[in-house]
Amino acid sequence: MKIKICIPTERIHNPIISESIIETGILLNIMVANIDSTYGELIADVKDSRFDKIKNALEARGAIVSILDQPIHRDEEECIECGACISVCPMNVYSFDEDWSLCVDEKKCIQCGMCIKMCPHGALKLGE
Amino acid sequence: MVKKSVHEINKKIEDGSVNVVTAEEMVGIVENLGVEGAAKEVDVVTTGTFGAMCSSGLMLNLGHSEPPIKIQKAWFNNVEAYSGLAAVDAYLGAAQISETRGIQYGGAHVIEDLLRGKEINVHATSYGTDCYPRKVLDTRITLDDLNEAVLINPRNAYQKYNAATNSSKRILNTYMGELLPNFGNVTYSGAGVLSPLSNDPSYETIGTGTRIFMGGAQGYVIGNGTQHSPSSGFGTLMLKGNLKEMSPEYLRAASFTGYGATLYMGIGIPIPILNEKLAAATAVRDEDINTSVLDYAVGSRDKPVIRQVNYAELRSGSVQIEGKDVPTSSLSSFKNARKIANELKDWVKHGKFFVSMPVERLCSEGSAKPMKQTQAVPLVKDVMSDFFVTIKKDQTVQDAAKKIWENSFNHLAVVSDTGELVGILTAWDISKAVAENIFDSVESIMTKKVLTCAPNEPVDLAARRLDRYGVSAMPVIDTQRKVLGIITSDNISKLLARRY
Repeated sequence: MKIKICIPTERIHNPIISESIIETGILLNIMVANIDSTYGELIADVKDSRFDKIKNALEARGAIVSILDQPIHRDEEECIECGACISVCPMNVYSFDEDWSLCVDEKKCIQCGMCIKMCPHGALKLGE
Repeated sequence: MVKKSVHEINKKIEDGSVNVVTAEEMVGIVENLGVEGAAKEVDVVTTGTFGAMCSSGLMLNLGHSEPPIKIQKAWFNNVEAYSGLAAVDAYLGAAQISETRGIQYGGAHVIEDLLRGKEINVHATSYGTDCYPRKVLDTRITLDDLNEAVLINPRNAYQKYNAATNSSKRILNTYMGELLPNFGNVTYSGAGVLSPLSNDPSYETIGTGTRIFMGGAQGYVIGNGTQHSPSSGFGTLMLKGNLKEMSPEYLRAASFTGYGATLYMGIGIPIPILNEKLAAATAVRDEDINTSVLDYAVGSRDKPVIRQVNYAELRSGSVQIEGKDVPTSSLSSFKNARKIANELKDWVKHGKFFVSMPVERLCSEGSAKPMKQTQAVPLVKDVMSDFFVTIKKDQTVQDAAKKIWENSFNHLAVVSDTGELVGILTAWDISKAVAENIFDSVESIMTKKVLTCAPNEPVDLAARRLDRYGVSAMPVIDTQRKVLGIITSDNISKLLARRY
């Protein structure tokens, strides 16, 4: 499953991710990582069966962990199927079929929001 | 030799015997029947495109109020329109943005809202005259309340368009959409095989007076578009059509993040096949239409060409740049372009749309000129300091401190033995080194990722970069990374001080 790990400002100097991985022995496949001196946000893939354990380890160190279970939503009325979203998506969620209709493979979505900014028609939303 | 007239073709449209195909279908027909056979067989080829066309707008007439007003300034849902016309005429530009909602809502959105039957707030002001005493007006209108609501689009249906990419290290938000760093993606626009002007590149049948499909209604070409550049294959069209007859299926407002509002227009143009030349022209394929991929990281009018590309490559989903497969995004909708070509085909087939010859041909040579500028743009080399202090990367921190102190100059350009810029060192870096008790070579404490600029860059661009990255100075270097000078925020303030 895909999870989001937020690291608040006061914990940013601690090696939270490394400690949690070493402690639990659970592998995290990190797909997106935005970390600077003030805030950190990571998106990672982890086995469903190991989620609780890694969540506890991360949260014991001050991280906030949430499950990404609400993929991108496309408003089919607003969408004109131009395909602007295709090239900015890091996970290849979007593609054209042979009729040049836009296909959305929601399962791949990591809710990074890149496509939302790209869509000229405001047809893409998260959290609905 | 095949020779048909528009009159003959229209007779066939009238009696239902017309043979009409889309420009996509025509490719295969010419392949099978040859040019002559296709010219005999096919009477009309329909084209279509559906993309962002910023240079669009609505000419409207509100009718007279009681007491009457000669509108000087007018706003529709807080989007300003131009009303320097007769009393109650106004022109609402698609790309004008809302004074309250910003780029999320613009003239294009007002136009779409009108078309969808929504009520629009109108606010207008004037200075008052004997014949038009009223000074302020507020009302709410729908499309039905307007006497005329005519789209007059100065530049639509580009023959083709340059594709966009980004060599820089940050995301660029442009009218070509979001461009990812390090050639992360390529965006493009245009319908390729279905593009109207690409199917009649000598403008034999598309010209002033040609009847077209525009936003779901019948419209007209009223001349070449602005910036018409036929010599380089970038022809454009000026179009007119009645908004009241259009459909929101083929007219959509849009907003590009960090750029602004625009209008997606659906345009279709039928090409009567009068001769073999037109049959051959309408067999154009995606792979026959070439364009350039430009680097939008360069904030200049003349953007470097990264490579040439054709529409087949663009539409394949990826193009190669520097040996890497870069994903592409279309900003125009091919699916809708095809829908328009098919809809127009249907109209012609069922006698609802007749083809026409232009009353005047479009100019088929020439190019748009750049702007004449009478005020010289100051360049970096005009304001930079020629005096700068360099230090070798293997010198000591103490040497550096001494140089700063002796020259009372806060930025040291760190250079290699061959004189190339490799870093920058400031008094701040030295304080930090002292505080942390690091007394190695200059190399270990300098900033390695140095922002630089070129001597011929406009100062405005350098200032924008200083501001964006929050630094106070940048070395000016040549193409060999030799330091020519340094530009500081001081240089720029002095320039402004001279100006005012």
